[in-house]
Amino acid sequence: MSAPKQRAGGTWVGRSIRRLEDPALVAGRGRFTADLNAERHVRFVRSPLASGRIEKIAGPPGVMLVTAADLAGVRPIEPMLHKFNYVPVAQSILAEGVVCFVGEPFAAVVAASEAEAEDFADRVEVSIVEAPATIDARDALAERAPAVHAQVARNVLVDGEITTTDFERVWAAAPMRVKISARSRRQNATPLEARAAHAAFDRSSGRVTLTCTTQMPHLTRTAIADLLGMPEADLRVVAPDVGGGFGQKMSLAPEYVLLVWLARRLRTSVAWTEDRRENLIASYHSRDQYLDIEGAFDADGKLRALRGDIVANIGAYSCFPTTGAVEPLMALAELPGPYDVQAYSCRARGVLTHTCPMAPFRGVSRPAITFAIERLMDKAAQALALDPVEIRRRNLVRTFPYTSATGLVFDEASYREALEVAVAAVDMPAFRERQRKARAAGRHLGIGLATFSERTGYGTPAFAARGMGITPGWETVELSMDPSGFVEARIGASPHGQGLRTTLAQIVADQVGLAPDRIRVVHGDTDRTPYGWGTFASRSLVISGGATLLAAQKLRAKLTRIAAHLLEAAPEDIALEGGEARVAGTDRAMPVAELARAVYHRRHELPPEIAPGLAESATYDPPGTFSNACHVAIVEVDAETGGVTIERFVVVEDAGRIINPMIANGQIHGGVMHGIANALYEEIVYDDAGNILTASLADYLPPTLREAPAIEVHHLETLTSASVTQAKGLGEGGGIGAPAAVINAINDALTPFGVSIDEMPATPQRIRAALRAASEKAA
Amino acid sequence: MTGKIDITLHINGESFAIRCEPRRTLADAIRDDCGQTGTHIGCEHGVCGACTVLVDGEPVRACLMFAVQAEGRAIRTVEGLAKGDELHPLQRAFMEHHGLQCGFCTPGFLMLAAGVLEREPDIGDDDLLDVLSSNLCRCTGYQNIIKAVRAAAAGMRGR
Repeated sequence: MSAPKQRAGGTWVGRSIRRLEDPALVAGRGRFTADLNAERHVRFVRSPLASGRIEKIAGPPGVMLVTAADLAGVRPIEPMLHKFNYVPVAQSILAEGVVCFVGEPFAAVVAASEAEAEDFADRVEVSIVEAPATIDARDALAERAPAVHAQVARNVLVDGEITTTDFERVWAAAPMRVKISARSRRQNATPLEARAAHAAFDRSSGRVTLTCTTQMPHLTRTAIADLLGMPEADLRVVAPDVGGGFGQKMSLAPEYVLLVWLARRLRTSVAWTEDRRENLIASYHSRDQYLDIEGAFDADGKLRALRGDIVANIGAYSCFPTTGAVEPLMALAELPGPYDVQAYSCRARGVLTHTCPMAPFRGVSRPAITFAIERLMDKAAQALALDPVEIRRRNLVRTFPYTSATGLVFDEASYREALEVAVAAVDMPAFRERQRKARAAGRHLGIGLATFSERTGYGTPAFAARGMGITPGWETVELSMDPSGFVEARIGASPHGQGLRTTLAQIVADQVGLAPDRIRVVHGDTDRTPYGWGTFASRSLVISGGATLLAAQKLRAKLTRIAAHLLEAAPEDIALEGGEARVAGTDRAMPVAELARAVYHRRHELPPEIAPGLAESATYDPPGTFSNACHVAIVEVDAETGGVTIERFVVVEDAGRIINPMIANGQIHGGVMHGIANALYEEIVYDDAGNILTASLADYLPPTLREAPAIEVHHLETLTSASVTQAKGLGEGGGIGAPAAVINAINDALTPFGVSIDEMPATPQRIRAALRAASEKAA
Repeated sequence: MTGKIDITLHINGESFAIRCEPRRTLADAIRDDCGQTGTHIGCEHGVCGACTVLVDGEPVRACLMFAVQAEGRAIRTVEGLAKGDELHPLQRAFMEHHGLQCGFCTPGFLMLAAGVLEREPDIGDDDLLDVLSSNLCRCTGYQNIIKAVRAAAAGMRGR
């Protein structure tokens, strides 16, 4: 791993300082939602069938049972998108009349303890008349497929198409076509803390405090208040320590809505903690896509035109706020990836099925589209007898700003350089020699590349382009310094493991000349923080970090004016550092905390134009910036068993200015591990009737440390003008590139067998099936 | 409902007299009846290891043991790892090497590693990796957990 850079000059940005989050967490003093006590406990009763009409629900006598019939006046979740032929569908908080997926809650039991609630839930009797179900997205498109919602023809929730004006001409003119039918199987983000919520009614104020595992507390408050018809002011949403999210916790959980309703109805506190089975069957899924793509290349391997047909299974409902269109539309906009191709034609559909709804999961569609296009590149290279590195060299975007075929503007990045650094790091010629010798000895080594862009930190205009009914984007940060000289930063973002309390403190520290441990970042509480959109889409360090910098610059300016007056110097001669305001080049200095004392407690010593107090705020709404990376995997495939071992994994990442290299590397490691899981292990499997066969962690397989290769990370730092801190986001990139790199490596290893594995996860069964089919064909 | 019984649990040297059903898991008892919420529950079926605690020095998945089975035995949880203000070498190493992100799996990993290193300070690296692969982490990709535990192990041997 490249050594974390220690920036010169005594500044904090760029240093691998320890996280401010950690002391409480390592001591077992974190505060997670399920740690709270409640008077009443809730257990949801979930549908055992994928599709059917509810005839009767009966609970055991004397037990509080809530069904849709009790929820008159509570609006259903019905997110809106104003583009791409989107048809809105509504999801009742508890299933009303019909059930649409196994795991859909149709009733809730309330009892004095969790155990009692579970016992009562087991005794709830339900009569459901089973109806035909459609589980696979392609089957759901068939004319005679059962409709998940009557108003949605052929189950097509969203149908987007982009064709550039000169597509047909360029397509026809290019001499060579290469095709890939890629399949990405369904996954569950599986944060180690499943969902949980605790809603407490305050009899004095009439308010409810909802503590829950969410990535977006403010929008959770807006959504629940709207659905229940209550003023937002009567609801406080708190996201305490949150045990991972990866996107699963950025969509509104209907269960949370019911908790608030119950707290108001019962005028007490109620709690629900999801168990792992519920999480696997009924929390949001992701990644279930078919991607048919075809490239038209010229004889030199330049991709001239690209076309695609993408079908995404979005499950039974549309998630709030992004809608179920988020995966297909991300694929539509970003399929060309980092490759320069201006002739483009693609259709992407989101299809309803009787399965658990999909929602964003780290990478959102890009693990699948990167997989598809990186397979296409390798296949084209093979057809043209080109090196996989060379074909990428010839196609990567090189001049900036670059406007893609879909209108995305790429800011400064290092696609080509990242590729070269990665290839040098693995010493490609030496590897090929080793591969040759291994093959001669009957061992199958392979190397796989993935180059990709990662769109991060996008603000309002980018979300507005999607046509979402609710358009996220900006973030606000409020900074104040108290009279003792401590700084509080209140942010609308809602980190849950990303270390933002530390990185934002580093940004502030450099501006006001204090150490980061004197800066406390407050997040995840709608009573304490300005309205904001939360933490998702690799946005927080860019947008909340940008707002933090802008607010801190204002605070710095005011501190400088105060110091200039008290030290009798010109403001431009004042430096804030090491806890002091100093007149540059002199020994005249005073502690920063003294400036705070003066502006609060001795204002008469200051000129009248310096207002009392030290509170500044700023809002940042950037255009968006693209990170980039090249991943290289070296694997060994056991052709007898289909087992895959990852021997080496190299990441060359460019996320602009790195605020804290230790934290950045941690994000990359975690993302790569998700990507490896995506490539090899994790899969939610449904049977034809819509039952989930992978409802425990013994069947759904998050990798352990034994499956984790060492991950080498190299950093490039392209300083972009598209972000005020010059930092780009990097939360998702690890998961975007790794699946393609790993499966390309598997295919490279198996080149002598003439197979093409275009499905993920590439399980031993799938690898063996491909090898078997190839040997039968040969025989 | 099932009858409750009186038991006493000894957690980190403190006695907790509780009344619970025989079916109550040790994990629930530690968290809900004894208020020690540092021990987390991730799957309740013995795979993720987030609820790992030490019972008479041995790492145990507290979701797979009944509270009554732990009566009279010495239970250690993450809250008992530090000696007053002095953190355990593993706690320091996890901070130093960024062995945690969201922190949900951390107590389980700390207790798992503490259990093995206290019993077998000279454990070989391969065996150590085997033990650590008992638990799941979704954030770190494990790289820094390995680094942290190796560093703590070296430090503990050196003392």
